[in-house]
Amino acid sequence: MPDTLIFGMEVFLNGLMAGVLYALVALGFVLIYKASGIFNYSQGVLALFAALTLVGIMDGQVPFSHMINAVFGTDIHHFGWQVPAVFAILLTMVVMVVLAWAVQRLIFRHLIGQEPIILFMATIGLAYFLEGLGDIIWGSDIKKLDVGLPQGINASIDELTYQWFGYGFFIDNLDIWATAIAVILVAVLVAFSQYTKQGRAMRAVADDHQAALSVGISLNFIWIMVWSVAGFVALVAGIMWGTKSGVQFSLSLIALKALPVLMLGGFTSIPGAIVGGLIIGVGEKLFEFLVGPLVGGATENWFAYVLALIFLVFRPQGLFGEKIIERV
Amino acid sequence: MIYREAGEFKTSYVDDGQTFPIRFDRLGYYVTLAVAFLVIPFMVNDYWVNAIFLPFLIYAIAAIGLNILVGYCGQVSLGTGGFMAVGAYSVYKLMTAFPDINIFFHVIIAGAITAAVGVLFGLPSLRIKGFYLAVATLAAQFFLVWLFNRVPWFYNYSASGQISAPERTVFGIPVTGAETQPWAVYLFCLVFLVGSALIARNLTRGSTGRRWMAIRDMDIAAEIIGVNPLTAKLTAFAASSFFVGVAGALFFAVYLGAVEVGEAFGISKSFLVLFMIIIGGLGSIFGSFAGAAFLVLLPVALKVVGADMFGWPTDTVAHLQLVIVGALIVTFLVLEPHGLAQLWRVTKEKLRLWPFPH
Repeated sequence: MPDTLIFGMEVFLNGLMAGVLYALVALGFVLIYKASGIFNYSQGVLALFAALTLVGIMDGQVPFSHMINAVFGTDIHHFGWQVPAVFAILLTMVVMVVLAWAVQRLIFRHLIGQEPIILFMATIGLAYFLEGLGDIIWGSDIKKLDVGLPQGINASIDELTYQWFGYGFFIDNLDIWATAIAVILVAVLVAFSQYTKQGRAMRAVADDHQAALSVGISLNFIWIMVWSVAGFVALVAGIMWGTKSGVQFSLSLIALKALPVLMLGGFTSIPGAIVGGLIIGVGEKLFEFLVGPLVGGATENWFAYVLALIFLVFRPQGLFGEKIIERV
Repeated sequence: MIYREAGEFKTSYVDDGQTFPIRFDRLGYYVTLAVAFLVIPFMVNDYWVNAIFLPFLIYAIAAIGLNILVGYCGQVSLGTGGFMAVGAYSVYKLMTAFPDINIFFHVIIAGAITAAVGVLFGLPSLRIKGFYLAVATLAAQFFLVWLFNRVPWFYNYSASGQISAPERTVFGIPVTGAETQPWAVYLFCLVFLVGSALIARNLTRGSTGRRWMAIRDMDIAAEIIGVNPLTAKLTAFAASSFFVGVAGALFFAVYLGAVEVGEAFGISKSFLVLFMIIIGGLGSIFGSFAGAAFLVLLPVALKVVGADMFGWPTDTVAHLQLVIVGALIVTFLVLEPHGLAQLWRVTKEKLRLWPFPH
């Protein structure tokens, strides 16, 4: 078998894995968009904030220590204890729920009935706010996140492919775990929205706010719930990306990776987010592998966008999006 | 008492259609112009020009440009940074290729080139609407920055990959390069800002502007009453990109002097200009000025208060700035979605009636 093809296959597999991670972030977008019509730009920062909080709680950091030290001239950093990963994740989840409540109570309750674009800009403001807040509470240095997920090359795949092709594929254990977790997460989300009372209420709200209100569904509650679920998805994405490349500012930029995924898959479709993520992940890795060397590399920054743009010209609502019907 | 329409009798259509129908406004406008052109140049020093005036003038041009697209035509664009980069690299190529032509024309041609690029990236807006379009403009942002980073022809094969502005003069006085005088660069940018504001104001209150606003308010209805969405959207993209390109050219050639594209024209620049027009007021030329002034002054003020007065570490102040800007955006959207310009309008209404409440 020619070398290019074998390398291409490895790139393809790695692209699939990367695509799963993009899809994870895109899921959070879709959830909020479906339930409230808010296009939530702050999803990436939400993931960063969740990961920062998780690391902070696990290491027993003192919140606002930087600020306190600066104002009072003290020198405090850590409480001096370590919190087990499971408890820390639960505590972080509590923080995310409180955050969801605050976001709903302080921002979006006042913006009901505003144009979608205003809501979108509000989430950009929220993104800036959270980014600064996360840095002020936990400090802006790069942190290591280790919740006990395996990392490094998967030895058995390496061996197996070596026997088949005479070349061992490099597949990261973490990526395999991420894929498994993403699959479980999607299954849980689908089950939740199909079979539980709250899930059905959520879908009702997504369909028609006023009709949902009239049958006694509390919009307030549903929106807080949706933001909490989005916070949970952000936490999972934050754990994955944080374990992979450290918890730092660039984590929030994964939102920018998720946007073309959304455009491709459609803003309103959970399967669309998954399929879109896979297409983008594979597409950009293969493009970089095949065409990148010819044009100077680093095409990953824009390829996804241009792909999505060209795609949208032919199908403006994305792959699985609801048909856009316009009325005067 | 003095802010009144009463007693002003318009006797011609020209009088009736003027930009500032109230005498007091007109007076204020002329006084502001006179101060900006005749007083400030004699008072500024290097710090004031570089920290406040130049960024304000240049961002105000960019904000006017973006406001035409977002505020008047309703097409949300997140590609401002990329278009500013087009302006910057165009002016750089023009300056190095045709050193004999006055830089004044280079800047204008750079704006025209950006307008062409803007039309190209505006084409999908005919099919794609709303959020999809906002995200699609990010394609312009990332692709253009990548292009200027990777294709050596754009930066004249310089080893560092940076571009730096050679010295160019207007009437024998250097406005770019290392030997500039603060008043000269100030005046150079001011001329462009005043020109841009005049053109933009007159575009937006003419038939072109009314077409843009019809598209913004409801594009299908506009199409039915005979507004051609193709020309309306593309002229908005062209006009907007022209001003943004001029701003980018000035930002590089006059303000920074040397530029690394990813750093100077990254996505954060797109958001910054977008925030300016949100805080200032969508669909208002005055709002572009107010927003630019606000977001240029805010970091300076925070630095003076936080770092210099209280002695906080600069990184904490920078984070605090993010928090404050974010909170301000949200507050503005909740309390006054039409921005500073609306506050100004309300104030004027009150002034007109003063001292009576109704």
